[in-house]
Amino acid sequence: MSEGSRKKFMFVNRKAPYGTVYALESLEVVLISAAFEQDVSLVFVDDGVYQLKKGQQTKGIETKNFSPTYRALEGYDVEKLYVERESLEARGLTEDDLIVDVSVLPAGELGKLMDEQDVVLSF
Amino acid sequence: MKLGILVNEGPYQHQASDSAYLFCRAALAKGHEIHRVFFYHDGVNNSTRLTEPPQDDRNIVARWSKLAAEHGVDLVVCVAAALRRGIKDENLAPGFRISGLGQLVETGIQSDRLVVFGD
Repeated sequence: MSEGSRKKFMFVNRKAPYGTVYALESLEVVLISAAFEQDVSLVFVDDGVYQLKKGQQTKGIETKNFSPTYRALEGYDVEKLYVERESLEARGLTEDDLIVDVSVLPAGELGKLMDEQDVVLSF
Repeated sequence: MKLGILVNEGPYQHQASDSAYLFCRAALAKGHEIHRVFFYHDGVNNSTRLTEPPQDDRNIVARWSKLAAEHGVDLVVCVAAALRRGIKDENLAPGFRISGLGQLVETGIQSDRLVVFGD
């Protein structure tokens, strides 16, 4: 396959936004993938759903609040954001708690989506 | 099959780097091609030549260098992740090169499979 090809890239975000650097550095790859004009989708499962939580305040831990970047994804044509229903419910969250519009899907549906991807990167 | 490899964890702290290395060796032995190994997150710490493990332990960094020398495997370290962690050209082990995240995306595009090793 040539470099100019378009593949389906899925980023699976599983970790809380702070505490480890995975979420921040995952977002950096997402933006690069979009620049390469790939078919990009993002999935948020487990504590990864907290990455999209409204009202993040990070001053106390002297860490950059990067959550506004998720709102900028639309500008990079990254519009496919999926959140696992079970992960939201287990944490007492609803779609209204999230800073961006997402599709909330049960685990089984997400599994099917993953099956359709060319490249799955989990962070 | 053409394989791309992503290593997301540092050496010694985590099994991921060992597993990725052993996977590469096994894949090459079976006649597969390793298109590139990309080091990201703390995985960039696999590339510093300042690493000095005890004599009776495996030398993870030297092992990667040897793999590159023997099989021409392209070992690429993410520049942003590397600079955050004090990895620069001057302390890079043989066989590694520092480049951008575009190299990871390109591996995803060009490989038949991208295999991720991480937590």
